[in-house]
Amino acid sequence: MIEWFTWVQLAVAVLGGLLCLALGLAGRKPSDLTMGATALVEVLLIVQLIIALIAPAVGNHPTGSLLEFYTYLISAILLPVGAGFWALVERSKWSSVILGVACLSVGVMLYRMLQIWTVQGA
Amino acid sequence: MSQGTKKNRVTKKSRGTRVTGIGRLLIAVYGVLALAATGRSFVQIVGKFDEAPLAYTLSALAAVVYIVATVALMRPSTAWYRVAWITIGFEMLGVLVIGTLSLVDPALFPHDTVWSVYGRGYLFIPLVLPILGMWWLSRHRPTGPSESAS
Repeated sequence: MIEWFTWVQLAVAVLGGLLCLALGLAGRKPSDLTMGATALVEVLLIVQLIIALIAPAVGNHPTGSLLEFYTYLISAILLPVGAGFWALVERSKWSSVILGVACLSVGVMLYRMLQIWTVQGA
Repeated sequence: MSQGTKKNRVTKKSRGTRVTGIGRLLIAVYGVLALAATGRSFVQIVGKFDEAPLAYTLSALAAVVYIVATVALMRPSTAWYRVAWITIGFEMLGVLVIGTLSLVDPALFPHDTVWSVYGRGYLFIPLVLPILGMWWLSRHRPTGPSESAS
């Protein structure tokens, strides 16, 4: 896990989540902007997955449970996909809000993943 | 921003379903919590089940209940409505009982469950969600006995 990358990713997830939440509550339907933000969060998660797969091989080992790390990562990867499909199927303001909730959840999970990898895991 | 012209045009139309308005958000959050609880109990059971079989079995049970609750909230029938009440009531009971026990006698639950200290590990969402869920259910009874429960 690359620490600065994870922080950037966390910032993107939180900002994107707040954006979707705000636009959704303001009554906007899912747009290219909110869907794009969610897609960006998803792409960064895939990059994170690739980094996580390679990192141990180059001497970057997690301090905590790798099993727990991957459970978080896989769950996080599923979230924007699920919310995105929801937004495609049902174009209402609540879908935007749900995009936001998904992105914010990803943010929380990223923080936990960072803890598991860098600080001795729970 | 918007003039507030579109007030409650959604709510009346689809009476059978509970997937309306802010209820969608409730369902989505339930889905996320179900995922979180399932993930955690998966890790606990695969990784360290022997350490605390009771707590981890409870985690798994909680996860299953959250999944059933999520599905029940989405389904329109009266039977599912009842299932939603049962599962959400069970969650409320669980978070209150386990939450209290984990504070009164921490030795009883040395390992975390979703419900330890009223769901502190999950931003207290497990405590708040059943309350919102019950409020939502009480306001969205299935209309009429058209579908006989089986």
